[in-house]
Amino acid sequence: MIHNSRPFKTIAAHTALLLYSALALLPVLLIIFNSFKDRLSIFSQPYAFPTSETFTLDGYRTLYTTARFDLFFVNSFLVTASSLVLILFCSSMAAFALAEYKFRLNALTGLYLAIGIMVPIRLGTVGILRIMVGLHLVNTLWSLILVYTAQGIPLAVFILTAFMRQLPKDLTDAARIDGANEYRIYLLILPLVRPAIGSVLAISMIPIWNDLWFPLILSPGEATKTLVLGAQAFLGEFVNDYNAVLAALTLAILPPVILYLIFARQLVRGITAGAVK
Amino acid sequence: MLNRRNLRIHIWVFLAPAVLIYTAFMIYPLLDSLWLSVNNSASSVAQSFVGFQNYFTLLMREQWSRPFWNAFRNNILFFVIHMVVQNPVGLFLAALLNMRIRGSWIYRTAIFVPTILSVVIVGFVWKLILNPAWGISRSLLQVIGLGAFDSPWLGLESTALVTLSLISVWQNVGIPMLLFLAALIRIPEELIEAARVDGADTWKIFWRIQLPLILPSVGIVSVLTFVGNFNAFELIYATQGALAGPNFASDILGTFFFRTFFGYQLQPADPYMGSTIAGIMLLIILTGVIIYLYGWHRRIQQVRY
Repeated sequence: MIHNSRPFKTIAAHTALLLYSALALLPVLLIIFNSFKDRLSIFSQPYAFPTSETFTLDGYRTLYTTARFDLFFVNSFLVTASSLVLILFCSSMAAFALAEYKFRLNALTGLYLAIGIMVPIRLGTVGILRIMVGLHLVNTLWSLILVYTAQGIPLAVFILTAFMRQLPKDLTDAARIDGANEYRIYLLILPLVRPAIGSVLAISMIPIWNDLWFPLILSPGEATKTLVLGAQAFLGEFVNDYNAVLAALTLAILPPVILYLIFARQLVRGITAGAVK
Repeated sequence: MLNRRNLRIHIWVFLAPAVLIYTAFMIYPLLDSLWLSVNNSASSVAQSFVGFQNYFTLLMREQWSRPFWNAFRNNILFFVIHMVVQNPVGLFLAALLNMRIRGSWIYRTAIFVPTILSVVIVGFVWKLILNPAWGISRSLLQVIGLGAFDSPWLGLESTALVTLSLISVWQNVGIPMLLFLAALIRIPEELIEAARVDGADTWKIFWRIQLPLILPSVGIVSVLTFVGNFNAFELIYATQGALAGPNFASDILGTFFFRTFFGYQLQPADPYMGSTIAGIMLLIILTGVIIYLYGWHRRIQQVRY
């Protein structure tokens, strides 16, 4: 399959991949460029690009006047960014302890933290809702941040521990002889596992940004809606206003796609690192 | 140098944030849910321990068992469609990308785009495309000569679930593709070359060499698909609503769980029965994971090249 003497095979592969890529992209592109067209041409020529005659921002105007998408966007951003910072902070410290020290409960702690890789946090939703009600955190962004941090920790600890174990032990021993304390050594190790941190960020980000379940249950209030929940509510309400619906979909599609194009490498590495080990 | 007492404090400090947050917001709620699932307040005002009565109610009593088994059956079909469509297609795409043809990273990037989108968005995109009012699916099918097949698939009881499963496959095929590709790339070229010198063709090389060597990835992909599918919710909720219409034809365990514990329209919220459904879902997922760990992972030799 590698050195193809027959160009026929290469052409066949290109054709198959091209067709599948079209199948993957066409629905998304159809939404995006129809969102810039007037209602008549959305229906009469759905496959045409917007032209100067059919171009309109009506849908976006409806969005602007009826829903607080700017606020939803900020909420999503705050929740995702804070959760990622917390995941990295907690997981890198725990991973450091598991990789660096020999202690009796080491393996057991690792196993305990790994339960969450396979068991979906969603199954504890009834309990989570009770805690959040008890802590008065319902309809705050904190409820989401805490849940997403707990959700992200298991896989992050797993990947980071595996990476930190590969570092040469001499490194930390030398620093210890030079008189560095344990916290200093931890800070010394962090930059050395940068690729793993990139992977953890990339794979943790998408499920948090895209989640509907927890925003729906924990923070459905107008002030704390995330972009996905806001889009969901808006789409349900404006089902028949195609301009507005297409505009909302486009706005929701663009941020993850842009992030994806920036972080594609880390993401691919993260997905494979998490699964291969 | 470190003395033992100090070391113990350091270890605790390093572990504390992760262990505390994880325990408080993941493990404790799971245990709390399991505890609620063996309690009820139906017979009296206060909550009391009822043993496995909720589970019996869910599985046996008509009012609960009918929607439960319906959701369970649907969920199995949802999973089977992923296994027979998503994973083979993912493997096929990975094999094509592994041919190292020019521009393969462009294809890889393009095919992965749906995977990074929110399920809600994907659900609505397809809802629009399949909506007869817009007529995109009709005109596309006419182009390839299958115009006669066009019907409002999401609106018919007989086709809604299969359509939703295929939408989910369309979105998620990028994950098996990447995992299979990563495994295929790791196979040393000499192995393939040697087989080719011995006269094996591409087809034979795939079945006799590549597939056996990527069996560990087949296991991982299967278990990830299983856990993801038995925990799915968003796609059905976004396209069909919490009632998973038409007439519960697309109801799966996730939507059934949501309606039960959160309440919906006329149905009051019931944390006890909700926890019971979560308990069953946990049991199903653990069964799948254990079968994978002991039945597959253990028996398959991890090949080091």
